[in-house]
Amino acid sequence: MAKIRIPTPLRAYTEGASDIEVAGSTVGEALGNLVEQHPDLRLHLFQDDELRSFVNIFIGDEDIRFMQGLDTEIDAADSLRIIPSIAGGNQPRSHQSFRGKTIAGEEAPR
Amino acid sequence: MNVHLSSELQGKIFEQMEASYPNEGGGFLLGEAQDGAITILDIIEVENTFAEAEQYHRYAMRPQDWMRLEDEADERGLSLVGYYHSHPDSPAIPSEYDREHALPNFVYVITAVMMAKASDMQVWRLRADRSAFDSGRLSIT
Repeated sequence: MAKIRIPTPLRAYTEGASDIEVAGSTVGEALGNLVEQHPDLRLHLFQDDELRSFVNIFIGDEDIRFMQGLDTEIDAADSLRIIPSIAGGNQPRSHQSFRGKTIAGEEAPR
Repeated sequence: MNVHLSSELQGKIFEQMEASYPNEGGGFLLGEAQDGAITILDIIEVENTFAEAEQYHRYAMRPQDWMRLEDEADERGLSLVGYYHSHPDSPAIPSEYDREHALPNFVYVITAVMMAKASDMQVWRLRADRSAFDSGRLSIT
């Protein structure tokens, strides 16, 4: 069976396992099998059945976006890897999304 | 969520963020999680690869940087516990853009850099349902 390497923050949803064996003959089938085994991963990998924009799938050093995407064929010897694209940025305060409480009454730690 | 960071590492982050101003800077946080507390033991600066004209309000890393540093963390017996970046002339509060690109179980350290001076640092974590960030308590030791 092919294997998928899970990024560190999402291993909380695979009972700590870093590599998961998956069934399937394409990347899409393998990811489908992965979220069947570990359903809590789905929200963080997919949005409306499409891979989230910051989720990259690599086979070895190759990004599947430059192959056949989710239709890329795989075999049992393949090692897939989920790699998040880390990104951030600021925008006007009125558009900021947070509900947490800042550390009230304390000076910014330095 | 409690996050422990040494004053030495915080100083390194501030120095890097001020050097990146007026653009955003960032990097990875390596450390360990134990009993609900996260201790940051090392930081690794990563180049901002967003289009240069947009770097004043955007930061991005190559997926290959994640791959390389996750392997390095594993080899060192550490974990990739989070990432840090700056908000030039903007508060240390996650933006909608941050939320859309965030992962759960990951520490987001944001430094506000006002007029080229690091002025505030806050720590955040995405909720499991992706709806918002919650703030954490940062302890500088």
